[in-house]
Amino acid sequence: MDPQAARAIGAGLAAIGVAGAGVGIGNIFAALVNSVARNPASRNQVFGLGILGFALTEAVALYALLICFLILFG
Amino acid sequence: MAAGPSIDALGQFRLATSLGHAGASVDFTNANLMMLLASVLVIALFTIGMRPRALVPGRLQASAELGYEFVANLCDDMIGEGWQAFFPFVFTLFFFILFGNLVGLWPLFFAYTSHIAITGALALMVFALTIIVGLIKHRLRFFTYFVPAGAPKFIVPLLVPIEILTFLSRPISLSIRLFANIVAGHVLWEVFAGFMLIFAAALGAIGIAAAVLPLAVNVVLVGFELLIALLQAYVFAVLTCLYLHDALHLH
Repeated sequence: MDPQAARAIGAGLAAIGVAGAGVGIGNIFAALVNSVARNPASRNQVFGLGILGFALTEAVALYALLICFLILFG
Repeated sequence: MAAGPSIDALGQFRLATSLGHAGASVDFTNANLMMLLASVLVIALFTIGMRPRALVPGRLQASAELGYEFVANLCDDMIGEGWQAFFPFVFTLFFFILFGNLVGLWPLFFAYTSHIAITGALALMVFALTIIVGLIKHRLRFFTYFVPAGAPKFIVPLLVPIEILTFLSRPISLSIRLFANIVAGHVLWEVFAGFMLIFAAALGAIGIAAAVLPLAVNVVLVGFELLIALLQAYVFAVLTCLYLHDALHLH
């Protein structure tokens, strides 16, 4: 198989990994909205935790994207 | 390679020597120049911003105070007892990464946080600091950190290697999170800018009209990248404080 074609296929497969992060981030913000709806006074504290959780989850998506770039361009 | 023009997405991260002949002789790169610029901007913000020392601050002083208090409150909340010792380190880390990300957003400037060498060095510094602080404060009791509290005895031999592995993955995740975020943002910009050029070159007049679509995406990406720049600096600082809290207070 032509290595360039193999690279493209590999990169496409690796990019599937970011789907998990989409679900995860949706979960985090669903929990955030739920908790602020139940207790609006906790908004500031919960927002900080929510943003931290978002960044950590997005990191996993970026690991997958990194592998994708390494396959495609490395 | 596929027929037609290809988009060179990763070439923008190549280092080049700056400052002409003087720079080339000592390998003073564009990343070094941006680091110098970011440092000068941070120093300028805090020295010039705090010079008026007004009780009711003007805009610049308010921004400087806001930045300082933000990091101070972060350290107080997350590190707990004895946070003052680590505040200068976290402060420097936060503003170095923040201004590094922000400086990279401007056209023709260079984002030095897009290099794993830079982010890896910062993450290793944090990792080494947490280990040293933990060992100095707790001596050998530091290693009880790897035994989670309240775990049944028979499962501890399984948990301890997992805990150690999680601990050792901290510098990797810290560095890659920051570096991959910045690289991904800049690569997206480059790719959509490439689309604009491809549309305009290939389709003539219709192409130039169609090129407005990638342009709109790029404009939205500027806002998103600004958010990511702020967020990634915050997350790096928060995780540093969290790891220091773990090292100081062993959970």
